[in-house]
Amino acid sequence: MNRSLQRHLNILDFALSSLWRRKGKNLALLAVYTLIIFIIASIVFFTQALKREADLVLQDAPDLVVQRMVAGRHDPIPVSYGTGIAAIRGVSEVTPRFWGYYYDPVTGANFTLVASDDQELKPEAISIGSGVARTSRISIGDFLPLKDIKGSPVLFSVQKIFPSSSELVAADLIQLRQEDFQRLFDFPAGRATDLAVSAGNPAELETIAAKIVHDFPDTRPILKSEMIRTYDSVFDWRSGMVLVVLAVAVLSFIIFAWDKATGLSAEEKKEIGILKSIGWETTDVLLLKSWEGIVISLSAFLFGVSLGYLHVFFFSASLFEHALKGWSVLYPEFKLTPVIDPYLICLLFLLSVGPYVAATVVPSWLAATVDPDAAMRS
Amino acid sequence: MIEVIEVSKSFNVGKVNQFDAVSRVSCRIAPGELTILKGPSGSGKTTLMTLIGCMARPSSGRIVLSGIGAGSLFGQQPDAEIEITSLPERFLTGIRRSAFGFIFQQFNLVRGISVLENVMLPAYPTGVNHKVLRERALTLLETFNIARHASSQVGLLSGGEMQRVAIARALINDPSVIIADEPTAHLDSRLSREFMALIEGFKSAGKTVLIASHDPIVFDSPLADQVIEMRDGALIDGSRP
Amino acid sequence: MIMHPGVLALFTGSLLTSAMILYAGWYGVRILRNWDLSSGSELQLALEKRTYLISTLLTYALGFELISLFLFVFTADRLHLLFSGAMCAAGTLNANGFGYPLLILKLVNFLLAGIWLIVNHADNQGYDYPLIRFKYLLLVPLVPWSLLEFSYLFAYFSGLHADVITSCCGSLFSLERPGIAGDLASLPVEPMRLAFFGTLAATLVSGLYSWRSGKGCYPFAVLSLATLLVSLASLVSFICLYIYQLPSHHCPFCILQGEYHYLGYPIYATLLGGALAGMGTGFLHPWRRRGSLSRAIPRLQRRLAATSVLLFAVFLAIASYQMIFSPFRLGR
Repeated sequence: MNRSLQRHLNILDFALSSLWRRKGKNLALLAVYTLIIFIIASIVFFTQALKREADLVLQDAPDLVVQRMVAGRHDPIPVSYGTGIAAIRGVSEVTPRFWGYYYDPVTGANFTLVASDDQELKPEAISIGSGVARTSRISIGDFLPLKDIKGSPVLFSVQKIFPSSSELVAADLIQLRQEDFQRLFDFPAGRATDLAVSAGNPAELETIAAKIVHDFPDTRPILKSEMIRTYDSVFDWRSGMVLVVLAVAVLSFIIFAWDKATGLSAEEKKEIGILKSIGWETTDVLLLKSWEGIVISLSAFLFGVSLGYLHVFFFSASLFEHALKGWSVLYPEFKLTPVIDPYLICLLFLLSVGPYVAATVVPSWLAATVDPDAAMRS
Repeated sequence: MIEVIEVSKSFNVGKVNQFDAVSRVSCRIAPGELTILKGPSGSGKTTLMTLIGCMARPSSGRIVLSGIGAGSLFGQQPDAEIEITSLPERFLTGIRRSAFGFIFQQFNLVRGISVLENVMLPAYPTGVNHKVLRERALTLLETFNIARHASSQVGLLSGGEMQRVAIARALINDPSVIIADEPTAHLDSRLSREFMALIEGFKSAGKTVLIASHDPIVFDSPLADQVIEMRDGALIDGSRP
Repeated sequence: MIMHPGVLALFTGSLLTSAMILYAGWYGVRILRNWDLSSGSELQLALEKRTYLISTLLTYALGFELISLFLFVFTADRLHLLFSGAMCAAGTLNANGFGYPLLILKLVNFLLAGIWLIVNHADNQGYDYPLIRFKYLLLVPLVPWSLLEFSYLFAYFSGLHADVITSCCGSLFSLERPGIAGDLASLPVEPMRLAFFGTLAATLVSGLYSWRSGKGCYPFAVLSLATLLVSLASLVSFICLYIYQLPSHHCPFCILQGEYHYLGYPIYATLLGGALAGMGTGFLHPWRRRGSLSRAIPRLQRRLAATSVLLFAVFLAIASYQMIFSPFRLGR
């Protein structure tokens, strides 16, 4: 076998036995390190998964939504605007949409109510997301009371529960007929929540949006691409902020690692002195130290990332979902779809192993340059 | 042949606590001979040995090694003459690894690992196959009659056994020069004499041996070819026979 | 400033690398001023110990430059969603004036650090530190370059604001656009193809000659650099077209994506590796007769030449395979 490879193997062998000889100290280091990587990995995985879910939500969203603004506030839009918009060149379809939120005082949750043009949906019947079914403890055939605008409850029978591949999307959804929606909220006739516009050629959407603002100055068109961008930057920003806060934790870990690496015990110092005196060179000791570092940081990385993965995708990020997700109490059990992204793994590796390497390079060098004759003088 | 020419080693140069451990020492050590460095502790014996053994570089003076089989490191004949005084540490280590075996006063065994591993340790960075190395170490342990302790921890051995482990370790890279610093300091008279018997074996195997000691069992030994006496970092005149 | 985890990783990494190189440079200057091998003084011994630290730091810095080169392109690719009009990394890089210069800086620093490590490796073979002055003089320019890289990184990411309308790679590398990227894309294909195969062939022949005879290392080093530059231009100009099988998609970054079988990785790895090894032979050439290195350097040069020839050959094979077996044909 190649001599330099064999040298690595020999030194790795000794590195493992040295680590094992100082189990206590090294396991403590490993535990703290793993914990930090676990938290960082959880945050990164969680935001990426949320982004994916948001992408899924937006996939079915219309390319362009037109809202009406009154005094800078969102106001129901006259359905009649639709005819004018449909006349703009390039617009293929305009659909009025009716939707809103309903706060349920019993469960303390916010439901999303959407009027559906599903012909199978009977009057006074609803289709609900699995989150609604779970929090309200109802199933098909049961009744869900919703209070109308005057405060008197209206009973809706559950006709269907959505099977959802992505739970976040449809969990809080309640679908009902348009006339039920208008009656429940006493919604002004001839008005809709907003208008969904689709274009034959998506490339023309921006031109169409500009035309709409020109023709109807009291409206605000929102492009789907803008929504995606906004979601993305909001999620990035949130996870970025959390990571910055975490940087403090990482920093303290670096100090901890530095301290562990510099504060070599007398025993360890003596040992390195012996190695130097019996014919190990500085490079060999540096190699020994870097193998020790690689073993520690790789195992912490593997443990931390796997635990973070399990935490996010199989335990629903139970430790901090509220902090990051921050809307609604609806999702105590929602499951994110597991995805492995090599880019994220690579990134986590850099974020976690990089600072450790940087923190230990000088201390290991200090340890490795002990004079070989030091062992003779003790 | 080891030639030491006007060698000095000082610590803390230019400070109030400057200390000249060795000053202007010259001597020659012939191959295959036993040389004893004699003198009280603090006389510079150990420092001189670290300089000869390529562990440290002298502040001034020259040390020339020849016929020790390290020339191949420099692309020359194995027994070529090498001036080690201003070599970088990586080359000094290379020479030390291949040409010198060290036996320390405190034995300097690594605690917590087995006797066998301790013996193999100096050869790890040379990239020798682990299995081959293990065989070599076991053979050495057998030679010194401690093979039965091969897998025990060094902390459990007696003083004499620890020294024999240290000797086996010194021989793992098959050096041509053995350097021992106060080897009998922690041994009783019987074990000290046993140690000298081992030294006789080295001599007959053609190895050069250099021992620093102030133990009469060592420096009065009939095996000694040369006794160099030191005091205050310098040689005492006329000490060379 | 965009708070993307990738940006944070790049930022932390670059900060650490710059700090390491600055530290190394500081001691490099001290070594240049106080080095005296014949002395066994404590200062000299301490400086010799420092050299170990410096080469370790540089090894880490090189590793980071390599990883971050790809991470940077990848992060830019992830961020393209934030910029309307940007469709891949090329668009994000174009979002402000620091993107492309930063990429070039990263490339230069990678090559500099790599060459430094090659010289360092050669120096370690000699028993009298034969290249110590050259080595640390070489370290000096690395310091400002790496600081510049860090400041560009900072300027680039702090200047990024979501929603900036940027051109996507389709229009950035399209023929009509002025500017360097457009110039590269609009290079005439036939002469470019000639130049590409010409330089590669010349480099391979010269490399083989250096490998067999140990001579001709200067021309080989220059040709290696030329091959790197010509090949990068050719990638944009015509090689990528075969990979994408699209006549107008010139982007050199999309080939790193899974849709194109991550072909960009072997392409860039062989190209960068080959150029680095080839340039290394030239940097070692002046010292081949130094007493303590008269055996080590020629041996190392031949090994480097062999590595370089091998990597360039693999690169050539990948590129030609794409051109020959792609169903796409470039119109005249």
